[in-house]
Amino acid sequence: MDVRIQLHVDGEWRALTVDTRTTLLDALRDRLGVMSAKKGCDHGQCGACTVLLDGRRATTCLALAVAYDGAEITTAQGLTNGGMPHPVSQAFLDHDGFQCGYCTPGQVCSAVGMLDEVKAGQPSYVTRDLARSVELNDEEIRERMSGNLCRCGAYVNIVAAIREVAR
Amino acid sequence: MTGLLEPHAIGQSLTRLDGPAKVTGTAPYAFEQPVGDPLHLFPVQATIARGRVTAIDSSAAEAMPGVAGVLTHTNAPRLASDEDRELWVLQSDQVAFRGQFVAAVLAETPEIARHAASLVRVEYAEEPHEAELRADSAKLYAPDELLAGEPTNTFEGDVDGALAAAAVTVDQTYTTPMEHNNPMEPHATIARWDEDGLTLYDSTQGAHTVRVTLAPVFGLDPRQVRVIAPYVGGGFGSKGMPHAHNVLAGLAARMAGGRPVKFALTRQQMYSIAGYRPPTIQRIQLGAGADGRLTALAQDVIELSSKIKEYAEPTGKGTRVMYAAPHRRITHRLDPLDVPVPTWMRAPGECPGMFALEVAMDELAVACGLDPIEVRVRNDAEVSPESGLPWSSRNLVACLREGARRFGWERRDPTPGVRRDNGWLIGTGVASSTYPVYRLPGSVAMIRLLGDGRYRVSIGAADIGTGTWTALTQVAADALGVPCERVDLRIGDTALPMASVEGGSSGITSWGSAIVAAAQAFRDQYGTEPADGAEVVAETPDNPDAARFAMQAFGAQFAEVRVHVDTGEIRVPRMLGVFAAGRIINPRTARSQFIGGMTMGLSMALHEQSVMDPRFGLVVNHDLAEYHIAANADVGDVDAIWIDEHDPYVNPMGSKGIGEIGIVGAAAAVANAAYHATGIRVRDLPITADRFLS
Repeated sequence: MDVRIQLHVDGEWRALTVDTRTTLLDALRDRLGVMSAKKGCDHGQCGACTVLLDGRRATTCLALAVAYDGAEITTAQGLTNGGMPHPVSQAFLDHDGFQCGYCTPGQVCSAVGMLDEVKAGQPSYVTRDLARSVELNDEEIRERMSGNLCRCGAYVNIVAAIREVAR
Repeated sequence: MTGLLEPHAIGQSLTRLDGPAKVTGTAPYAFEQPVGDPLHLFPVQATIARGRVTAIDSSAAEAMPGVAGVLTHTNAPRLASDEDRELWVLQSDQVAFRGQFVAAVLAETPEIARHAASLVRVEYAEEPHEAELRADSAKLYAPDELLAGEPTNTFEGDVDGALAAAAVTVDQTYTTPMEHNNPMEPHATIARWDEDGLTLYDSTQGAHTVRVTLAPVFGLDPRQVRVIAPYVGGGFGSKGMPHAHNVLAGLAARMAGGRPVKFALTRQQMYSIAGYRPPTIQRIQLGAGADGRLTALAQDVIELSSKIKEYAEPTGKGTRVMYAAPHRRITHRLDPLDVPVPTWMRAPGECPGMFALEVAMDELAVACGLDPIEVRVRNDAEVSPESGLPWSSRNLVACLREGARRFGWERRDPTPGVRRDNGWLIGTGVASSTYPVYRLPGSVAMIRLLGDGRYRVSIGAADIGTGTWTALTQVAADALGVPCERVDLRIGDTALPMASVEGGSSGITSWGSAIVAAAQAFRDQYGTEPADGAEVVAETPDNPDAARFAMQAFGAQFAEVRVHVDTGEIRVPRMLGVFAAGRIINPRTARSQFIGGMTMGLSMALHEQSVMDPRFGLVVNHDLAEYHIAANADVGDVDAIWIDEHDPYVNPMGSKGIGEIGIVGAAAAVANAAYHATGIRVRDLPITADRFLS
């Protein structure tokens, strides 16, 4: 069954027709040609498809597009501001926080969303003192970024990049 | 010996030239190339491990609105060559492994294609199969040669006699499991036929490799096949050669009336289609004097191959160059099974083989009561042990010593199982690392002066995350004597001159040598003030020094391991790699290559294992939730450094390949550290918690 929906993608309203089985990821990639969100596993296991969905990081392969009519989506492409890279993207460049680049847009979106979660005081599995504000040490960064797999093994550089932005 | 390029751009830590496109996600990978009005392909895979397809009912699929066609072996276009049985797709009713393509649906949308594929009914006549590697298999055989033409067996002296006479011996069997490459970008291709032939937007480590491999399969002249692959989301070997999905996409495109066909394997499908590292069973025998000096060294390898296509992992290759010993034996036997076809995975040969050798060397050190670094130093080979050739450079000992200094090795108490911290047993381990310097023939570089004063440097090479875009630009800049800004590099397309595959860590040596040759020819022909449009082409020259010297990179891997006393949980807070790999072209991207290899080695040590259910011929953990690769929280402080190494013999850059050496020895360092922590010797990968709880 086909359904008409609208998505606000990287600052622009886009109208599209989706199959009710179409994931948000495939809506972006196959219907809208927005390729910044990547498909690595299609099962929510790798994080390559991460975008900011209504301001929070989300794996778009686990979302059905029909359920997100009117949603606001920001991909790593949309984080660019007037041609200037987002500070997280710039830090990934500076620290070589990637190699093949395929997991990278998802890592960048995940990092941006994660930093907001920390600002909002949300604890993680490794947060020891729930009464105090979160101190974003390396252990916290590693834990909070573990939903985004990187097969090239750029983790130490990803942590360094995020550490610099969080400073 | 060639005069080395004077380094100006070489040695600079440029950020990746393709970086801005990658951090925004705008670099187009294969599936993302814009094509008009595509059809989508979804395959049907065999649900038996061996037998015959007796009937296919595709009527329900064909009746679905939006389905453009169903391909089976009865209606698929005929292929021209069955030389490579892996690529003989939909040409007969034979099923050679579970997961083999037996049909495929072509449809207007990916959702329709996938649903329709689920409606295709396939009936089989099942035959008995074998899918379990067994050391006692009656089918074991010695292949004619190993992966890259290496000899299957090599013998020197009298190993058994030397073992019998040795003061100290180690005789143990080590195993490494089936492992899957799992690049983050699934194997994908877009195929289109037109009057000129076949065009593929492909995710590959070699556009030209895909062209020359597939052209005869489709009965085409290579010039009728165009392959485009500017950005590739990792490969680690599995994208080194085309696989069945490329052929299936080409067949489907043949039936698509000129429309492009998009086909990305799912993560699950990759486990049966895209190749993997075969499991190995390795017996190592070491004989040594009380001083730890080896007198005998033997490695007898039994490993998996597939029945339809031989794959001979050169597992003993690293042992052949590592340590001096007068009596030597290295052998390989294959067990051909009804399983998917194995392929290259990062450092094929050295990676599994050096795990076994380097754990055995640690056992030798323990048996002799010597420091494991000292044992390796005492057995350092002055010349290459089998060929007798001198080294172009070998700095293994320098790597071990520098690593020991930086890692804090001198404070190490060798006693195992005695360091405790809050319920954790702590240990440190070391292992040697090595990888050859390969130069593949046949690459061609073209250099042309553009009107704007920039030099276009064209070569159909690949960047799978290795940093080729950036490093080759630096090589070209120094070869031409201009700044990087005046180099306009073009790679990743068969419309560009021939380039060898990005494999065997051979890229910079092979392609860079062609670029340097072209730049020299350019200056010889046109001087320093060439006219716009001046152009030359040149091929990778032979290296006469390759016959005079043995050429290898070396390294030392260090790891700290913590094993929890109650749970057996194993953590690796610290790894250090020290490498001697000639001149480093780009320190920033080189460090990423090294630590990336080490991180994959850590992942191999602790997590990776494709679990084959021999009853069904199926890898049961065929996705990223169940096949574990290291996640961010698994990785602690991983660092890599390198020593200054001057090698004028390897190539004009003075560089050695660095894409694979980082994984070699890493798992052994972790296993050795786990022994030091607990006193429990793990000889079978991966090293899981249960090993420490018995």
